[in-house]
Amino acid sequence: MVLRPTFGHVPPFSPGQFNMLYRFGLGEVAISICGDPSRPDEIVHTVRSAGKITSALVRVAPGETVGVRGPYGTGWPLHPMEGKDVVLVAGGLGLPPLRPLLYELLAHRDRFGRLEVIYGARSPKDLVYYDEIQRWRVRSDLRFQVTVDTAGRDWYGDVGLVTARIPDARFEPERTVAYLCGPEIMMKLTAQALEERGVADDAIYLSIERNMKCAVGLCGHCQYGPEFVCRDGPVFSYRDVKPRMALREV
Amino acid sequence: MDELSVGSKRILEREDFPRLLAALTAAGYRVVGPTVRDGAIVYGDIRTEEDLPIGWTDRQEAGTYRLERRNDTALFGFNVGPHSWKKYLFPPRERLWTATRVGSSFDVAVEEDTGPPMAFLGLRACELAGLDVTDRVFDGRVRDPGYHARRARTLLIAVQCGQAGGTCFCVSMGTGPGVTRGYDLALTEIVGPPHHYFLVGVGSPTGASVLRGVPLSPATERETGAAETLLAKTAASMGRSLNTEGIHDLLLTNMEHPRWEIVARRCLSCTNCTMVCPTCFCHTTEEVPELSGDRVERWRRWDSCFNLEFTQLHTSNVRKSPLSRYRQWLTHKLASWYDQFDTSGCIGCGRCITWCPVGIDLTEEVAAIRSTVAASPAVGGHR
Repeated sequence: MVLRPTFGHVPPFSPGQFNMLYRFGLGEVAISICGDPSRPDEIVHTVRSAGKITSALVRVAPGETVGVRGPYGTGWPLHPMEGKDVVLVAGGLGLPPLRPLLYELLAHRDRFGRLEVIYGARSPKDLVYYDEIQRWRVRSDLRFQVTVDTAGRDWYGDVGLVTARIPDARFEPERTVAYLCGPEIMMKLTAQALEERGVADDAIYLSIERNMKCAVGLCGHCQYGPEFVCRDGPVFSYRDVKPRMALREV
Repeated sequence: MDELSVGSKRILEREDFPRLLAALTAAGYRVVGPTVRDGAIVYGDIRTEEDLPIGWTDRQEAGTYRLERRNDTALFGFNVGPHSWKKYLFPPRERLWTATRVGSSFDVAVEEDTGPPMAFLGLRACELAGLDVTDRVFDGRVRDPGYHARRARTLLIAVQCGQAGGTCFCVSMGTGPGVTRGYDLALTEIVGPPHHYFLVGVGSPTGASVLRGVPLSPATERETGAAETLLAKTAASMGRSLNTEGIHDLLLTNMEHPRWEIVARRCLSCTNCTMVCPTCFCHTTEEVPELSGDRVERWRRWDSCFNLEFTQLHTSNVRKSPLSRYRQWLTHKLASWYDQFDTSGCIGCGRCITWCPVGIDLTEEVAAIRSTVAASPAVGGHR
């Protein structure tokens, strides 16, 4: 979904931030911004129809108005990647929040080393940005791997979890920064696999998802230990959240 | 008459108390305070002194609250009930804005607070501390416009506690029983006999100005002394205590303590503790559309971390078990609140203990965890 302002201007956003999207009469939902940060004139979101509000958002017709509050949250830290190898690991709808980061990385390709993207989805039909992925996959300045959990015989790609791609991923662990986005269990196992290869836990960043209502650190829904995910996150360093991720139901 | 200076103390005779109410009304305040309703002392509008719980007291224990007759005519001879002042500053339900359809788009009109200024009559020391906590939540790093507007116009008339309740532990939390700051006026009720009067302390120029026209007399040393004696007696008769030393780390390093399992077997996830808590701030929003579909209101209402859907994410809930929800509530209230707001979220009022239908007592839960943890080297402060 591409949105343009009906009044005012669109404030710039950092990759990893999110907006609260409002459908008249139904309510708001937190959705990550997945457009190109160098094109601040439009607000781009990828929405999967899941609940009452998202199913209405995917039916928005051209010319209709959607309410937008944002951008909120901390975003992916960009400075740690200078001169390093960069690994992006996305699971399912974890790719949209990483897409602005990928645009940013490709726009400044000379500032860091190797670029490895690993994207896993449940099945081929769950893959998003299919055409764009084809273009990324033929580029020589990054390696973009796609894997699915299950597939039929019409799928010629890899089958398996993203964690299985980590041991063979091309990066130098001691000088690598990793950005993870996807289901919590996928991020936890991926972070562990990265650590096993020698990536420092404070060089791993991940985006935590929680129920959100206000997005400004007031309603309490998104609390994750002492942090309000909407304001202090959603991006955290793995080092900071590792003890919490080891616990259940925090 | 010259305006009283901040810090001065005067005597208001019991029979002149209605003059104070009249002065507040004359100054344009909507006076709210304690009143008896449905077998409990709750907060409501106070139009005459007859609205106050004259001659009533409350008896509180874990899971128990009973009103009883006093053998005197005290106006404030009780402790705290199920309501807190939070309900006026952060109402249980509040309209935030109204959206109206305009073609394929819509306009949003934000709600403005237009109510009269309120005078809170009868804030206890712990409740003043509670306002300080909610100020940090709603009027600190984030500014809630409704809370801010109402809070700025509210007059605070505190009342010193002449007795401690069975579930009180303000001394442990450093929030009472004495009212020391943050008030406009502070009353100490000396019931007597023979002399029934109020010692009135002036805490702000606004407090002084509302006293204009209220008959007051100078306070003697004996009268101020009587008030101090009363407070000391209250402090010595706390129903509960809570050791807060190192409580932040104590709880956060014991997230898998077996005690959570034990308390979770009793917890009903009923949300009572969060509804009566003066500092619990969690809320949710709801869209209320008109039948025509052309106009919709955004309301917010109190929510609770004990509700299963509080952590709803897609088709699942993060905190499914009552254990995880009780643990979230207690560790937030007593530990991570320090990280968020640089204060404890607990003011030691005991409401959550009294109003828990199964009598879960957070002081007991903390003590149980502490008792199994090897004594750690003494560290100053709460963290």
